[in-house]
Amino acid sequence: MTPLLDVDGVTLQYKTRDHLVTATYRVGFEVFPAERFVVLGPSGCGKSTLLKAVGGYLTPVEGTIRLKGDVVSRPGPDRMMVFQEFDQLLPWKTVRENVTFPMLVSGKLPAARAAERAREYIDKVNLTECADQYPHTLSGGMKQRVAIARAMAMEPDILLMDEPFAALDALTRRKMQDELLDLWDEIRFTMIFVTHSIAEAIKVGSRILLLSPHPGQVKAELCSVPRSGAEPDAARLLEERIHEMLFAEPVEAQHANH
Amino acid sequence: MRTTEPPKSVEPRPERLATTVDASKFAIASKRLTTWETIANNGALRKLAILLVLALIWELYARWLNNQLLVPTFSATVQAFAAAVISGELPLRVWLSIKVLLVGYGAGVLIAAVLTALATTTRLGSDLLETLTAMFNPLPAIALLPLALIWFGLTPLSLSFVLIHSVLWPVALNTHSGFVSVSPTMRMVGKNYGLRGMRYVALILIPAAFPSILTGLKIGWAFAWRTLIAAELVFGVQSGSGGLGWFIVTNKNILDIPNVFAALFTVIIIGLLVENVIFRTIETRTIRRWGMATS
Repeated sequence: MTPLLDVDGVTLQYKTRDHLVTATYRVGFEVFPAERFVVLGPSGCGKSTLLKAVGGYLTPVEGTIRLKGDVVSRPGPDRMMVFQEFDQLLPWKTVRENVTFPMLVSGKLPAARAAERAREYIDKVNLTECADQYPHTLSGGMKQRVAIARAMAMEPDILLMDEPFAALDALTRRKMQDELLDLWDEIRFTMIFVTHSIAEAIKVGSRILLLSPHPGQVKAELCSVPRSGAEPDAARLLEERIHEMLFAEPVEAQHANH
Repeated sequence: MRTTEPPKSVEPRPERLATTVDASKFAIASKRLTTWETIANNGALRKLAILLVLALIWELYARWLNNQLLVPTFSATVQAFAAAVISGELPLRVWLSIKVLLVGYGAGVLIAAVLTALATTTRLGSDLLETLTAMFNPLPAIALLPLALIWFGLTPLSLSFVLIHSVLWPVALNTHSGFVSVSPTMRMVGKNYGLRGMRYVALILIPAAFPSILTGLKIGWAFAWRTLIAAELVFGVQSGSGGLGWFIVTNKNILDIPNVFAALFTVIIIGLLVENVIFRTIETRTIRRWGMATS
């Protein structure tokens, strides 16, 4: 089986006002169709930067990123992103228009088909009632659901999610995770999901890539536990194992890093 | 200092479980506000009341002063206004002013669009725009009128020139700063859709920066309107075809002060109309509806 996405020895650097920062160093992984691939790491491990590189916003200084065999060189609608920020929705468009707009401007579907598909995906994220509202009238969780519907309606090769639930309250976050998994059961999309929460990684992911901080390097690539809940202890054990791997250094050393 | 020591231990308390009343069982009593309260809550009515009081004070003062050459009474001004409107003199002057204004405003906005497009696409263009606005924004447009008269003579072109100057800089400055402050997330969203070049500007940047653009258009309008009236006071274009400013000067020269007041009245009304009706309507239909208004 060939991987859908092939990230090979990618080193990423970006410039701040007076520093050249290496965000990741020779990171490599493969994502296969219908995988829920989670990139997990503490803040500063370059996981968001890595996702932006997959999105095509950033060119690696070393290594290549291939989607279906083609090198990723710029952003495009075959890799739809869902961001953490609530302002990712276009405020001058209603929920329905926000979902329809990318299908139209990318020339993916004619207007009638796009409208139909928008309705379908808005239904899927349970926002049928709010379809004609403007984003500023929605709650944070609803905005993220619109962003997810918008990205999924494009039926991209891969869905890129950059801590989409990090700005939500704990209860809403759990609900959103469940809904996302339900959607996956239904559609079987492929996604990369970036998070810094170990529990979220285990819950949402089927496969977990662990990155170490400053700069990000691959520490491990693990299989998550099955979702059936047949092994209630497995999730807890995996969580402890990941925690140990990420925070293996003694506390003093960690402090020195910050 | 703590005055009382915290207790050494906390008594265990029983849990409690309660049943909630179903929402449908609530009788939400609502009562209409009294008529007087409804009237007092209406901002427009309150302001109208202030206007009436001001008009009354004006009328009383003018009568007490009893000098039509300094301050005509409110009623005389209204009469002069009505007479000038009925005779068609005032509407004609207003039309002449507005015509010049629209040409200058339109040209100013157009040039601003070109400059901003240049500034958005190239770094040199951005430096150019910032330098030019820093230089010319503080320069009152009316100060350029003598120069314009030498360059273009007694033609509407001179007026257009100063009008363009008064519109161009605030519009370009606000549009540019609006583009610059579009959030990185929204930019990435636009790029994610595969939008590039002019489509990206038209479909993402312009709507995202619309609050700033609208502010620029409003400031530009206010500057242009004030500049136009001031310029017309100095300069009536070819005899007999001047606008409102010219109407003010000619009536002052023949000491028809109620007419001067009527003209000032018209200037205020047009200013209010455009700022509170036209721009307000655009605002409620766009940025307020989208939740993008800052105030």
